[in-house]
Amino acid sequence: MSEPINNQITPANRLVLTMGLVATICGILIVGAFEGTQKGIAENKRIMVERAVFKVLPGAASVREYVATAEGIQPLSGGNVPQGAVKFYAAYDQAGSLKGIAAEAASKGYADVVRVLYGYDVNCQCIIGMGVVAMRETPGIGDKIITDAAFVKNFEALDVRLNSELSALANEVKTVKHGTKTNPWQIDAIAGATITSKAVGRGINESAQKLLPKLVPHIAELKP
Amino acid sequence: MSQPNQADEGITFDTFMEGVWRQNPVFVMVLGMCPVMAVTVSAINGIAMGIATTFVLVCSSFLISLIRHLVPKEVRIATYIVIIATFVTLVDYLIQAGSLALYEALGAFIQLIVVNCIILGRAEAHASKNPPLKTVVNALGMGIGFTIGLFALGGTREILGAGKLFGISLFGEHFQPWVVMVLPPGGFFVLGGWLLLFALFRNKPATEGGHTHGA
Repeated sequence: MSEPINNQITPANRLVLTMGLVATICGILIVGAFEGTQKGIAENKRIMVERAVFKVLPGAASVREYVATAEGIQPLSGGNVPQGAVKFYAAYDQAGSLKGIAAEAASKGYADVVRVLYGYDVNCQCIIGMGVVAMRETPGIGDKIITDAAFVKNFEALDVRLNSELSALANEVKTVKHGTKTNPWQIDAIAGATITSKAVGRGINESAQKLLPKLVPHIAELKP
Repeated sequence: MSQPNQADEGITFDTFMEGVWRQNPVFVMVLGMCPVMAVTVSAINGIAMGIATTFVLVCSSFLISLIRHLVPKEVRIATYIVIIATFVTLVDYLIQAGSLALYEALGAFIQLIVVNCIILGRAEAHASKNPPLKTVVNALGMGIGFTIGLFALGGTREILGAGKLFGISLFGEHFQPWVVMVLPPGGFFVLGGWLLLFALFRNKPATEGGHTHGA
């Protein structure tokens, strides 16, 4: 910071050459690291997804990624979800029969977007599990959506059956004030963490409204 | 950074200890406060962030020191930033490949290591004027000092705010967590407490330490 004053001006070509050399070295390092870690990162992501899906669909042993579009359902290829399509995971048990469907839901919570994964059971047409993918809610308050046993119980059989035209949910999933839950499609909010509880309900409702009308008519295609 | 130029001195114990104690980045220089406050909600986050920063600090200091005679002064800051950004990208990939859970926990602060004042500060004040080995020893000391600082904050906040250390419950289920400690204000409280403690340890008031103010 207190360098001696040097009035000598460096020629422009030397400046460019130096920057070019440094950028080349750095470029090689970055590409090398990317190539070296790509497989590990992909494997880590796969394991994370599997773990999350197995948590919301107990008994599942393998997972396949699909997308549901207005035309039907197809396996996800290349990791890119086409516009208007909804990504979901089909989970199978050891015997290879369909155990359930898992999909992601997201909605704005208190601090940031709350992203959850829910497990859908085809037979009962209900949600049988919910896990948090990412959230930045207040520790000790908003994060009760993971730890509060009474709240978690909401997702043991949350009714998400479709209407007779299979165009939308028969009953909107809704978070209600703590202690006022009367129907199986309602979520009993956590007292003191209503905003986060509502974010979960809203997210699941939006996701299910988008996914299930596209998925349910074609559900037989997922069964091996 | 009001240090005398040490270019002509050899590697001494103080080259390493400078960052750990005398010029500790967190407790004395009060640099890099963004990750210090933001990620230290748990001890493990603090240590992980400290190790990631140390890696970037040591690697970038080494490379900058290696090419210090080649880099014209007009483009030195741009060059340093490119080098630092490269190692931040490397550490970003490595953490993702190592543990996605940790990557999620540290969030955007991995990428933000690139603008951490300690790293650019060491590049400018030390690496650009000293031979590679000495620079690496000094950077390692700074990195360890930074990691100790982050662990001190992360550990304290986790103990007070969650009643745990490294995720292990310390006080049993009847402990009422002091939640504010893991919230942003808690970061300021705990840092203030540590700064006070450190100033007392060093046996001189913080205002007479000879370091720059207002960091």
